[in-house]
Amino acid sequence: MTRGPSKRASARPPTWQLRLYIAGHTPRSVAVLSNLEKLCEERLAGQYSIEVIDLLRNPTLARGDQILALPTLVRKLPPPVKKIIGDLSNEERVLVGLDLRPAGGKER
Amino acid sequence: MAESKKKKTGSGPGASVAAHPFPPTSRALPKAPSGIHGLDEITGGGLPRGRPTLVCGGAGSGKTLFALEFLVRGILEHGEPGVFMSFEESEEELVANVASLGFDLRRLIGEGKLLIDHIRVERSEIEETGEYDLEGLFVRLGHATKTVGAKRVALDTVESLFAGLPNPAVLRSELRRLFRWLKDHGLTVVITGERGEGTLTRFGLEEYVSDCVIALDHRVTEQISTRRLRVVKYRGSHHGTNEYPFLIDEQGISVLPITSLGLSHVASSERISTGIARLDEMFGGAAYYRGSTVLVSGTAGTGKTTVAALLVRSACDRGERALYFAYEESPAQLARNMRSIGLDLDAYTDEGLLRIHPSRPQANGLELHLVTAHKLIADFDPAIVIVDPVTNLINVASVAETRSMLTRLIDFLKMRGTTALFTSLTAGDASPEQTDVGISSLVDTWIMLETVESGGERNRLLTIVKSRGMAHSNQKAEYRIGADGIRLVDTYLGPSGVLTGSARLAQEAADQAAATAQTEASARLEAQREQKRRALEGHIAALRDQWEAEDAEMEESIRGLVRQGDRTGEARAEMAGSRLAFGQETGQAPKAGRSGPERPRSRRGRRRR
Repeated sequence: MTRGPSKRASARPPTWQLRLYIAGHTPRSVAVLSNLEKLCEERLAGQYSIEVIDLLRNPTLARGDQILALPTLVRKLPPPVKKIIGDLSNEERVLVGLDLRPAGGKER
Repeated sequence: MAESKKKKTGSGPGASVAAHPFPPTSRALPKAPSGIHGLDEITGGGLPRGRPTLVCGGAGSGKTLFALEFLVRGILEHGEPGVFMSFEESEEELVANVASLGFDLRRLIGEGKLLIDHIRVERSEIEETGEYDLEGLFVRLGHATKTVGAKRVALDTVESLFAGLPNPAVLRSELRRLFRWLKDHGLTVVITGERGEGTLTRFGLEEYVSDCVIALDHRVTEQISTRRLRVVKYRGSHHGTNEYPFLIDEQGISVLPITSLGLSHVASSERISTGIARLDEMFGGAAYYRGSTVLVSGTAGTGKTTVAALLVRSACDRGERALYFAYEESPAQLARNMRSIGLDLDAYTDEGLLRIHPSRPQANGLELHLVTAHKLIADFDPAIVIVDPVTNLINVASVAETRSMLTRLIDFLKMRGTTALFTSLTAGDASPEQTDVGISSLVDTWIMLETVESGGERNRLLTIVKSRGMAHSNQKAEYRIGADGIRLVDTYLGPSGVLTGSARLAQEAADQAAATAQTEASARLEAQREQKRRALEGHIAALRDQWEAEDAEMEESIRGLVRQGDRTGEARAEMAGSRLAFGQETGQAPKAGRSGPERPRSRRGRRRR
């Protein structure tokens, strides 16, 4: 179920490169993807790309990003690399994890 | 919960059995040989196959190496590929770390038999945003095992996940699932865990791994470290319950399963020479039993090493091999010193009959000494083993530990039927019957050497304190060390004990003088006796002469009297006859008359004779 780099925004290189690791087509995988897409559309419309990696198909890729927990969202860009684990249902924490909250710095 | 689990292990099925060795019974659960030297003996064949084994221990106790060696041996010796999931060290670090142990991980990885997966979890990078599981770990593990066709897996140290993941509850349930998964896949697994306070592992991993738990320990006593291994539990199998010392050297881990072995060794009745002729006589002709243990104790300078070297000579001359552990002297020094008593150790070394292994006891811990001894003995297969001196080993460990080490060594040697000679230095002020190591009860034969100081000189005395199973001399024997080795001289037992050296010589001279004087005195007496006898005989002769003279005289007078009597008788007879002639004309009277004078004549005749 690898989608590869899906350019959902404009043609210029996205400032947000996100990579989502999942394992198989489970309800949780579906939930996490929809959560992520919803969030990105809300906050990062036009400036993000999402790469979904199904480790059941490409298990070797797990090593590269040191994936252990699933699902894991990796923020490749902008640096630094951040990892967010879980089904992204806690939106507040996702925003913290992605440094998206305007006041995030203070909270963290 | 961990506590209760731990308690249970004490009374577990394997804990009650302490016998050794632990032969794998046919119906026992299948085992995967760990390949770790000595461990398979303790566990009766290896780790439980298809199950996880927890290896716990403090920092630097050798957990990672244990796990890695388990995999490497599995690949090299049992053809079982393995996966190493490292949660701490990277692949490069691991490869570099074990290269010194002779494990070429790169090659194994290249051959597709080993896969190292480094799992790094950075807490700071992770934000938890809802439900998750550790499927990623399963995916990686599953992929890795499939890639190399792994039969063995090591997880080192899975506990570090507790530090990396924010939710321990998720982690615990996932670990439970992980071990289930590993079992389901029939993988033999080693999981390492950091030792916690009062628990086997800091995060209670023993909760999940209940089949086999091995504890590693690294203690430092008197600045010398000793590693120990203990099988805490082994469900469904007998195992050794002791703490076994182990070491990590250039060949990996070696566990010493040798303890007191239940004294089942065969006792040979073959006797071998001590290499000292007259000492053999003190043992009744031939000395030590083959396979027995001999202790030679003595104060400084009593020639313990010489006694040992002479045993070496007698063995090598028979074509047997001897192994000499020199804890005091270098081989060159030993050889030089022995040349002074006409013993050429170098020749035996060149022939390959003698191997001298020198080392300072302080060089390493007791266990390493023991393992070194084991390896060398197994390698060289000697008939004679010398340890000179055992007392130096106390410098490295406590007396109790030294004794336990020597017990194990003795048992090992007895199992092999190897004759051993230990020398033991007795401190100058200690009682000579006391050995510092207290091993006198372990040995079969004990020769005590001592020096006696008297008359401005030191002389050496040898005593056989004990020798099991043979008659032996009860006397102290003086001996001298000279160019021809050790020579026992005649013992002089005087009224004030054993005389040695000059005192003995003086006493011997005095004895000789006394003996000469005695001979002379007896000759004199003999002469006197003869003289007396002669005198008596002379006396007797004189008395006889005198008596004979008197006798003759008396005879003469008797004869005179008789003659006189006869004449009177005849006269009377004549007169009576004339009377009878007138009367009745018979011969009666003359007969009676004749019988009278005949009597004295016959008496006289007898006397003459």
